[in-house]
Amino acid sequence: MNAAFINLGYLGVSALFVVGLKGLAHPRTAARGNVLGSLGMFLAVVLTLLDRRILGFQTIVVALLIGSVIGATLALKIQMTAMPQMVAVLNGLGGGASVLVAGAGLLENQDAAIATLSHFTAAAVASGVIGAVTFWGSLVAFAKLQALITESAVRFPGQYAINAGLAIAAGGLGLWLLLTPEPHAAYWLVVAVSSLLGLLLVLPVGGADMPVIIALLNSCSGLAAAATGFVLNNNVLIIAGSLVGASGFILTQIMCRAMNRSLLDVMVGFAPPAPKGRVDADLYAGRVKTGSPEEVAWLFDAARRVVIVPGYGMAVSQAQHSVAHLAELLRGRGIEVEFAIHPVAGRMPGHMNVLLAEANVPYELLKDLDESNPTFEQTDVALVIGANDVVNPLARTDPTSPLAGMPILDVDKARTVVVIKRSLSPGFAGIPNPLFAADKTIMLFGDGRAMVQAVLKVLREG
Amino acid sequence: METAVIGLTIFVLALFAGFEIITKVPPTLHTPLMSGANAISGITLVGALLAAGSERDLLMSALGFVAVVFATINVVGGFLVTHRMLAMFRPRPKRVP
Repeated sequence: MNAAFINLGYLGVSALFVVGLKGLAHPRTAARGNVLGSLGMFLAVVLTLLDRRILGFQTIVVALLIGSVIGATLALKIQMTAMPQMVAVLNGLGGGASVLVAGAGLLENQDAAIATLSHFTAAAVASGVIGAVTFWGSLVAFAKLQALITESAVRFPGQYAINAGLAIAAGGLGLWLLLTPEPHAAYWLVVAVSSLLGLLLVLPVGGADMPVIIALLNSCSGLAAAATGFVLNNNVLIIAGSLVGASGFILTQIMCRAMNRSLLDVMVGFAPPAPKGRVDADLYAGRVKTGSPEEVAWLFDAARRVVIVPGYGMAVSQAQHSVAHLAELLRGRGIEVEFAIHPVAGRMPGHMNVLLAEANVPYELLKDLDESNPTFEQTDVALVIGANDVVNPLARTDPTSPLAGMPILDVDKARTVVVIKRSLSPGFAGIPNPLFAADKTIMLFGDGRAMVQAVLKVLREG
Repeated sequence: METAVIGLTIFVLALFAGFEIITKVPPTLHTPLMSGANAISGITLVGALLAAGSERDLLMSALGFVAVVFATINVVGGFLVTHRMLAMFRPRPKRVP
């Protein structure tokens, strides 16, 4: 088919991607947006198969079949709690594919005089570096999220020097590659160095920082595709890749802001230092009130407005269904119920919303930080399940705290606070939470699901 | 060089378009947005198909083959799992009291 027609078709594909992503911005249009995006991808594949440069279809059909079966199985079998792992793997595979395609592109250009055109080689280097970092970084993120390796930050002496050395080596090899007449072998050297860099970059990132890293890897997988577009001189790759790159970058920014940290701090595995002088015992001693499920049920009976604040502890104990039942029961009794969701609750952006949606909580009840904060003063009971730093009032009141300035949910402004938590152990920031010792707070120590179920039981019997 | 400049122009404009489109996405939809965008980044599949079907040399076909498998998992898995998530966000009919 005429190359101009194929390119026109690709233009249509790009438009479908833009419209599709735009649709994903609103709950009402999101499903249609996703369908438009996948339609665009289907069209892109069909158009590409019409390209006269494609001679053999056997390998293509086999590879498409294998990929489709694996992809569909993963997508249909995955637990919603495991969504961060899934997205990490998919990001990584996208990056990996870009590395391979750029490598193949260099092979193709090798014979043609085009190899002397340095911008092709430069694009291939970019694709190789970004793609390899994405691939191996995603695998480490997956292994951490799946608890195959330790979730905490791994640090070793000379780490930054080694990473800097690897980055410089990748850059230097890339330059050398630009100057060599036969760049193909050198390309794989760049990929090897970048692979090691990808491993070492994500290793020092702790579990609580995962939302940032997943968003960043998402951005990288897009940029790798865009770089591959420069290698192949293909606009649809450039457009689609940069759209994804931009989207991932925005989410990275949102996550960093929500955690009060810079991207650099996250990348080097820097954790805020624990404040000296104040010990947990001083803050908590004799002031923490432990309640029973009965007392909490009684509080709910008397409440007119309840706000539920889910944290990672809810996801870990798979309490989302019990929490949804609780919300439904309270609403059935005419109590106003809302969910206040902090941007970094969970292990990836918006993860908590997905878990609650899975448990059939209507999305109108899911409120973000800005929406819910003004409402806490009119709230009778705030129920915190397994959240810690994101409800710590020190972020507002103590300018010397590592949390100072971090946007938090103003749970402490509610009339009563119930906190379900396994223990008084501090959160990621490593500092105690005065909310737990406040006069209006009742602690329910135990597993999130077990405690919510116990409260439910009392409510149903009463 | 000409083609590179055109490509760069498209790249920068698409970045701006991406920022404009995505800044207003509500936090509720961040996970589906991410997996949906991620599926779109599987557009590398186009390049992978060209490499796999070129029959120029064995190495290139092999690279293309693996790339097609990777990118297809990315695309199919990404769109399907996004669909699954979005189905849960759909407003349900009111419960009968």
